[in-house]
Parts: sequence; structure tokens; C-alpha cells
Amino acid sequence: MHLSLVCLAKPILHGYFRSSCSWRVRIAFALKGIEYDQVPVHLIKDGGQQLTEQYKTLNPMQQVPAVEIDGITLSQSLAVIQYIDETRPGPRLLPEDPKKRAQVRMISDVIASGIQPLQNLYVIQKIGAEKVQWAHHFIDRGFQALEPILKQTAGKYCVGDEISMADICLVPQVYNAERFKVDLGQYPTIKRLNQVLLQIEAFKVSDPSCQPDTPADLRA
Amino acid sequence: MDTSEVPAHGGFALLTEQYKTLNPMQQVPAVEIDGITLSQSLAVIQYIDETRPGPRLLPEDPKKRAQVRMISDVIASGIQPLQNLYVIQKIGAEKVQWAHHFIDRGFQALEPILKQTAGKYCVGDEISMADICLVPQVYNAERFKVDLGQYPTIKRLNQVLLQIEAFKVSDPSCQPDTPADLRA
Repeated sequence: MHLSLVCLAKPILHGYFRSSCSWRVRIAFALKGIEYDQVPVHLIKDGGQQLTEQYKTLNPMQQVPAVEIDGITLSQSLAVIQYIDETRPGPRLLPEDPKKRAQVRMISDVIASGIQPLQNLYVIQKIGAEKVQWAHHFIDRGFQALEPILKQTAGKYCVGDEISMADICLVPQVYNAERFKVDLGQYPTIKRLNQVLLQIEAFKVSDPSCQPDTPADLRA
Repeated sequence: MDTSEVPAHGGFALLTEQYKTLNPMQQVPAVEIDGITLSQSLAVIQYIDETRPGPRLLPEDPKKRAQVRMISDVIASGIQPLQNLYVIQKIGAEKVQWAHHFIDRGFQALEPILKQTAGKYCVGDEISMADICLVPQVYNAERFKVDLGQYPTIKRLNQVLLQIEAFKVSDPSCQPDTPADLRA
């Protein structure tokens, strides 16, 4: 009988407690009940540990997360999440119906392409003094689009009544919105969905407030 | 596949209330298909792949499929959003340097990734969504005067892909709304 040692090894997540993209992957692992190891990559200390030559071999984009799984290394959280979904049992992270699946990807991409890249650490460091207004602007703009989309697609969760990759993307983005003082009152659907999702175990255990690398002053 | 294309001239048409109903992000593209309207190109592409017969746009193997999505997202999340029209209009005077910087940065990451994953195409020997994302991004790179000499794998893949019929017929130089002075 042939045993694949590589597949028996736990996945390793290289991430940062407050990185929204790392958080997405943590939620996905938790929803699927997958145990994994975390290797913290501090984005500020030492000038940013994601900028070391060593980390660059894991992710040439020099961003978190990077995930070592099944003998390969993957970056880009949505690629990781869909890989997990396609190779592990447990609740589906994308719906069975192709149209609903497309809506999940659309919502996820509004966040992962349309909002988050415009307000991540690298970009706001480049923007400099105006960074809070810049981040606020792009989150607002994205949420102004997301709100009517979600009004149409949401049931109990972002798309219908099953938790999906869209919900996984939404919660960390709302956390970022709050960090940049975006007024969620303008986005009642987003607000409601976020509140419901925050009660779910997989979202709780993956929260930035309780990770191995959460600083003492930010611990829950 | 037969489609019809409705040009939304960059600038004014995107910001209309009418277009907003198609895509609340007020960006192109938006696709009306099978009774629904979808935005976000990768969501559209994967929907097409999952509902239409013909050559796969994502590989069958889950690891290769993940690599295709990873490469596509480096481009669609890591590069393009930082150099699209809306953002560079906001950046203002420094826009060429800004766009050049982000495309360079992304290509510096993409080159070693592709060195590892590419066969004849971006991932192995079958055309995929990764190739679909690469060619338009290289076109943008050239518009912003990025030196492709630094990225031999990207350059090679782009040259091979540009010879393929599907890439030729969808080229910006021959669309219904291509201005006369830019027509092939």
C-alpha cells in the first residue's frame, strides 16, 4: 500500500494576523475542518518579513498569504480556497449551481480585485500622507457596488442560504472598512451579513484577535 | 461562440445610471448571459467554461487548476486594478510611473512563477485562463513602456499566444468600437 507522506502533512499557512487575505484562508480551513500550521510573517517588523529573499521563494509577489499544501506552494487566497474546496470533503465553499457559483466568484472578485488591492499595506504606504482618504475612498466605492449586488443575491448569506467564498471575502473586508472608518450604516445588507457571519464558529476562530501572532494589546 | 458586443465608450458611458444597473462597480465588462448579468471577467470566464462544451479553459488536475487561478489572480488582482483607468486618473500627473511600477512589480513575480509552471503555455501545454489574462496585461505593459526584455518567459508566451486565432480575433485592433486610427 502506497502512502503519500506529502498528503499526510498538515498544510502550512504563511500569513499575518491582520492580513485580510490570510484571514480568508483561515476561515476556509476552519469551515472545512482542516488542521493546519501557521508560520507568522510580520508585515511591519524588520522592514517587513514578506520582503526577505526566503519568503520571496514562497511567494514572488512578496505578499501574504502563501500556503504549502500537498507538495505545492500556492499564493492568491481565492486560488487556495478553491483548491481546498475541490480537494477536501466537507461543506462546499462554492455552490453547486453554476449561476450561483458565478455570483459567488463575482462578489469575491469585487472584493479581492476591486477593493482590497487598492487598500493593502503596500499601496497605502506608496500613497503616503493621503492614505486614509485613499483607502476609505476605494472601500466606499466597492461597497457602493456590493450593496445592490448583495441585495439581489443574498439570502441568509451572501449568495442564497449557504456560506460560500463570498462570505469568506466579505468579513475581512468589513473589518478593514471599520479600520478606515467607513460608515457601514450606508450598507445595511453588508452590515447584516457581516453580523450574522461573525457569530459562526469558523469566522470566530480565524479572527485577527486570536491568532498565534496577535499582539498582546489586540488580543480578545 | 456567437456573442454580440455593445461598446461602452470609456469615460462617459460607464458612469451612466443605465450602465450602473448592469454593473454597479461602473466598470467593463458586464456580460448578459443565460438570463443573468455577470461582472468580473474571471467569474464570467469560469461560468462559460463550466456551462459550455469545447476546450477546457481550466485544467482538469486540481493542482494545475490552482496554478491557473493563482497566475490569473496575480494579474487580475495584483496588477491590473492598480493600473486601470479609474485609478490612474486618480493618481494624476504621476500616472505613467505608477502604472509602470505596478506592472513591473507584478511581472517580477510572474516571471519566476511562469518559469516553473509553463510548458507550451502558462500552465503546462494547454491554453487556460492564465493565458487569457496574460496577453491583455502584456499589451498594457507595452502601453506603459515596460521593458519586456527582463521577462523572457512572459515575452515568449505572449508571442506564441498572439498567433492563436482566438487571441487574434479578440485583439483591440479589430473590434466594433476600435477607433479608425488604431485599426489593424
